Amino acid sequence: MSNSDVNISRRSFVEKSATAAAALTIAPGMFLHTVAEAKPADQAVSSAVRWGMLIDTAKCASGCTACVSACNTENGIASHDRPRTDQQWIRKVTLRDKQTKHEISLPMLCQHCEKPPCVDVCPTGASFKRDDGIVLVDRHICIGCRYCMMACPYKARSFAHETVDNTVDHQPRGKGTVESCTMCVHRVDEGGTPACVEACSEAEHGAMIFGDIKNPDSEISKQLLKHGGKQIRADLGLNTGVRYRGI
Amino acid sequence: MKKIHLEQIEGKSTGYMGLIALLGVFVLGAIGSMLYMEHEGHWVSGMDNQVVWGLPHVFAVFLIVAASGALNVASISSVFQKKIYKPLAPLSTLVAISLLAGGLMILVLDLGRPDRLIVAMTYYNFKSIFAWNMILYNGFFVIVSVYAWLMLDRTVKQYSRYAGIAAFVWRLALTTGTGAIFGFLVARSAYDMAMMAPMFVIMSFSFGLAFFILVLLASYKGTGRPLGDVVVNRLRSLLGTFVFATLYFVIVYHLSNLYATEHHGYEAFILLGENGGETYSNIFWIGQILLGSLLPIAMIYAPGVKNCRKTLAAASILVILGGFAAMYTIIIAGQAYPLEMFPGMEVISSTFFDGATTQYSASLPELLLGLGGIAVTLIMIALGIKVLGFLPATLEDSVADPHHKAE
Repeated sequence: MSNSDVNISRRSFVEKSATAAAALTIAPGMFLHTVAEAKPADQAVSSAVRWGMLIDTAKCASGCTACVSACNTENGIASHDRPRTDQQWIRKVTLRDKQTKHEISLPMLCQHCEKPPCVDVCPTGASFKRDDGIVLVDRHICIGCRYCMMACPYKARSFAHETVDNTVDHQPRGKGTVESCTMCVHRVDEGGTPACVEACSEAEHGAMIFGDIKNPDSEISKQLLKHGGKQIRADLGLNTGVRYRGI
Repeated sequence: MKKIHLEQIEGKSTGYMGLIALLGVFVLGAIGSMLYMEHEGHWVSGMDNQVVWGLPHVFAVFLIVAASGALNVASISSVFQKKIYKPLAPLSTLVAISLLAGGLMILVLDLGRPDRLIVAMTYYNFKSIFAWNMILYNGFFVIVSVYAWLMLDRTVKQYSRYAGIAAFVWRLALTTGTGAIFGFLVARSAYDMAMMAPMFVIMSFSFGLAFFILVLLASYKGTGRPLGDVVVNRLRSLLGTFVFATLYFVIVYHLSNLYATEHHGYEAFILLGENGGETYSNIFWIGQILLGSLLPIAMIYAPGVKNCRKTLAAASILVILGGFAAMYTIIIAGQAYPLEMFPGMEVISSTFFDGATTQYSASLPELLLGLGGIAVTLIMIALGIKVLGFLPATLEDSVADPHHKAE
């Protein structure tokens, strides 16, 4: 056996050992993510998951506002009877195709973009995206400049135009800051589902599916694979976490 | 050319005191408005979730843009070595700093949480052009102050040119940044154009110079100091050039939009007043184009008004009014036009005014806040020329004109 033969077999041994070691190190982590739904409170949010929604406009009933009511109740959003300045985290929109006259109804909310313009423009970093794709506002460092509202292509954000007096514990809010859909992050972190999705299901429409779009075994991924799901303003290249069917 | 003598104004006359007192009332009005809007919340203003930046931003952005332009006179003197502008350079720095301070005051006081200014100063997201602007604004104060000091202090005067060049580069960056605040907004039909940045630069030349001319004419008239026609007429033709240049950019902006089918809706809105855009279209055509551009050009170049100061002052006022109209068109009309979320679809119903044009009407507190910003600017200038020698004792032709020949 020549020296070069020894070297080759030694190198391949080292490479194989390294691969095996890496697999042993990473595998338990991957396994955990596929099995566990809830994230322990002391565990950091991981980019191994990406939370998303799939909304089927064919199932979304015109006139039904179950998702909106559920969101308002869940997050303590109350109207002051001033629609122009009231906060709305989710809203129902009815659209008609100019050519075919076909009408659809859908809920609009923060689209939880992979590349969110609101995060890009925020001067203080109050607008941020978690590793799991949920876009939030840190209302402790939001200065209320509203530049994110200028930048959002979906009109998804609201400014707290007046005193917020019915806050809920899991959702600190305050006058003079900007807010939007949190994808019910407080529920999601405990293995739950956003209130709007739950309400849609309870209303027996089932137009909204929530889940991990990075997990091929999740319901949302299966549906997306089978039927597809379009982005609103896909031309902007933001890769939204909320997808629609029938638009 | 004789030696230039810079001298403080006395600042003890009734007129001067009265001016400061009057401006003080406007500042109090702005503070009162701020307290009212912060206490009640922004719902008492004309702003809402559709038009999130209102009249305060029109004032603020105008003043910030004009600040950079007011420095032009100093730049032409230091960077381009034009001697006729040299005596005016210190005043130009004072006007620039004062305009920026007035503009920033409005911007800060209109924040949802003005008490968190320290957060804005300590947390930076460097991908945000807004964050960069905060650095550019603060840097502008520092660089232009140093520049003014180097010009006013004889012992260090030889370095003033370098500071002048730095200030020139910085002010271009500042206005580029301000234009980019809008230019970088990809989702809105009125914005999303790199041209916004150079357009703001050229607008700054025009608005800033108009403001500077008014300050110059008023302070020389108020103090009774001699001001020759050579300087005034030089500024007059410079203003004419800048107004033309601004108009050119505005035309190219709309031509670009008119070429792209996706922007036809916005152009029909702003140029023809369609889809609920009548008011905005009127402000554009009557305010920005007719009163703010064409009329001043006529007044500047018309034969027979060459040495008429009143015509120049009136033209400068019109350029400023046109500047406000331009900012209103860009900032308010740009937001009032609905976001195009669903191309090819029309919105039948929405609780959040999707697809609907917003009819913004400013509230009194917003107007008072804006006027307070202008008052702060004017107070700073008035106090500045009293405390330090920003103003040449005389600018008669024999002093100001490098080519003056005694008759």
